[in-house]
Amino acid sequence: MSSTKYILGLFDDPDEMMHGIDELQKNSIPIYDVYTPMPIHGIERKLGIKESRLGYAAFMFGCLGGTTIFSMAYYMLVHDWPMNIGGKPAFAIPDFVPITFEWTVLFTAFGMTATFFYATHLFPGRTPRVMDLRATDDRFVIAIDAKGNIPHEDITNLLKKAGAVEVKHNDRKYVSYE
Amino acid sequence: MAAHSESIIREPLITGKDITYAKITNDILRPVENMPGRAWWIGFTIASLGASLWVFAVSWTFWYGIGEWGLNKTVGWAWDITGFVWWVGIGHAGTLISAILLLFRQNWRNSINRSAEAMTIFAVICAATYVVSHMGRPWLAYWPLPLPNQFGSIWVNFNSPLVWDVFAISTYFSVSLVFWYTGLLPDLATIRDRATGIRRKIYSVCSFGWTGSVKTWQRFETVCLILAGISTPLVLSVHTIVSMDFATSLEPGWHTTIFPPYFVAGAIFSGFAMVQTLLLVTRKVLGLENYITMFHIEAMNKIILLTGSIVGVAYLTEFFIAYYSGGEYEQYTFLNRFIGPYWWAGCMMYGCNVLMTQLMWFKKIRTNIPISWVLSIVVNIGMWFERFVIIVTSLHRDFVPSSWAMFYPTWVDMSVFIGSLGVFFTLFLLFIRVFPSIAMAEVKLILKSSSEQAKKKLLQHGGLDQEQVEFYKEALVPFDSVEIADYEKL
Repeated sequence: MSSTKYILGLFDDPDEMMHGIDELQKNSIPIYDVYTPMPIHGIERKLGIKESRLGYAAFMFGCLGGTTIFSMAYYMLVHDWPMNIGGKPAFAIPDFVPITFEWTVLFTAFGMTATFFYATHLFPGRTPRVMDLRATDDRFVIAIDAKGNIPHEDITNLLKKAGAVEVKHNDRKYVSYE
Repeated sequence: MAAHSESIIREPLITGKDITYAKITNDILRPVENMPGRAWWIGFTIASLGASLWVFAVSWTFWYGIGEWGLNKTVGWAWDITGFVWWVGIGHAGTLISAILLLFRQNWRNSINRSAEAMTIFAVICAATYVVSHMGRPWLAYWPLPLPNQFGSIWVNFNSPLVWDVFAISTYFSVSLVFWYTGLLPDLATIRDRATGIRRKIYSVCSFGWTGSVKTWQRFETVCLILAGISTPLVLSVHTIVSMDFATSLEPGWHTTIFPPYFVAGAIFSGFAMVQTLLLVTRKVLGLENYITMFHIEAMNKIILLTGSIVGVAYLTEFFIAYYSGGEYEQYTFLNRFIGPYWWAGCMMYGCNVLMTQLMWFKKIRTNIPISWVLSIVVNIGMWFERFVIIVTSLHRDFVPSSWAMFYPTWVDMSVFIGSLGVFFTLFLLFIRVFPSIAMAEVKLILKSSSEQAKKKLLQHGGLDQEQVEFYKEALVPFDSVEIADYEKL
């Protein structure tokens, strides 16, 4: 049995890579993942990846931020220590609008980005799990799990025919661990 | 591919021949992966001398107190707040480019957003230093925060625009930082995967383990879009609140309802001027003429013209309202801008901001690099004087003539200001050395649709409206990075 773990099809053009995905799918070869140096629009639908739900997280964090600061202002200026400012009401809602807005934005930004980092496993110092070092530069890489997907030669030929400039048979999943 | 091509009448956003994805990476990372040239070192030396001056002057202020500045009982706010508002305003262009232009799908933002956002962050840092140093007792800088304390607790006054400002500026700074850094991740990963040794380790930590998988990109784009959506009202709110520091007072010349839109327009105006000042030099020194093209320069000049004219309308409105209000004090304040002892500051303000920008109506001027550069500096000088006029000229002749006074800056005032420029340029020069100054991933995104070579392919393919082709060729004439002769053959 061969020691190949992953087969990588390296393309130098995003359109040819999309064509490669089509070819693989036509032949019922499952794709493990695709690594690109830039976002490719329309690829999610092709690979059947669901829409991101980060928008919901952002909305919830925004609600949390707005509620937090508004409650704080209410507690501080109305409940705990109401001040007499020219006899005007302590519960001056219009005056609370700017801070409520600012914290809504603040919580949305930080909460959503933190959720993104958490869900995608991004954090400072995380070991990069890179399959090919040029995938962040100028190569559009389709990765295929070699296990169970045989014969490897057919996959190689398929990728080459679709326009891959190079096909790699990697014995290790990630090349970036040294 | 036909599916990607855009209309021929749009100017190319990437010029040059044989631009590949690899070439984009190489071109943009050249200053990051190589030792800097002499121009960088000269700039860095001057800038860091300025930054040292800033450290000295601010330390002096902390040690001896605000009395070392030229303030007096009548003019209690002067260069410090002028500098603060000036810097915050400059910061606004970065967010406009990264957020508002993203929402409007303006692809030309892709090659200038990174450095403009960096500029935002450094400008807000400069602004924040003014806030801290003008407090007098900077070790109590946490007092505007709503923290429990042993005075009651006595809380901060959320009815006060100064407290709103604390919230606005800190939110603005931190959200801009998150936006900028998230956008940097893919590009830092590019540096990481090309580097070796210790550099690789450092960029590995900084790039958070970015891989560029499909799901990561999808989430990344969602995050960027939503951040753009919330940054847009945020940036408008920040300068609105800064203007309310003045507008909610009872000072003639300050308490006008036009201040929020007027300040926001002025902020974008001065910010774009600063972007122009920086990028015209950066593109030349770093050899990025193919990515920051004449189209970008002209587009920014158009925004300077638009916002400068909005500012002009705001000035006229101010004068009209002062006249129409019938308020004696209001009328005097505005007349005093021209006939008072600070008439020269008023002339600088109106001359630089309104008159000089009107030159931008001429395409010859918009596409002339040296003139654009000089005008961008003129705008920044004018915008500094605008804040000076609003603050000092309004204050120096108050309601009681016996307390009328002039403001004379001391060497500390001047050193803090010149020093803050040093801090800004030091940070910017460090930035272009360690981070990619152009968002590589975003430029790669438009290579197939909006580059000059894609347009050439369209021309070769033929079947285009001849009138549109002529229009396109004519539009390319002012480009300094395009060889017009090539088009004769096509």
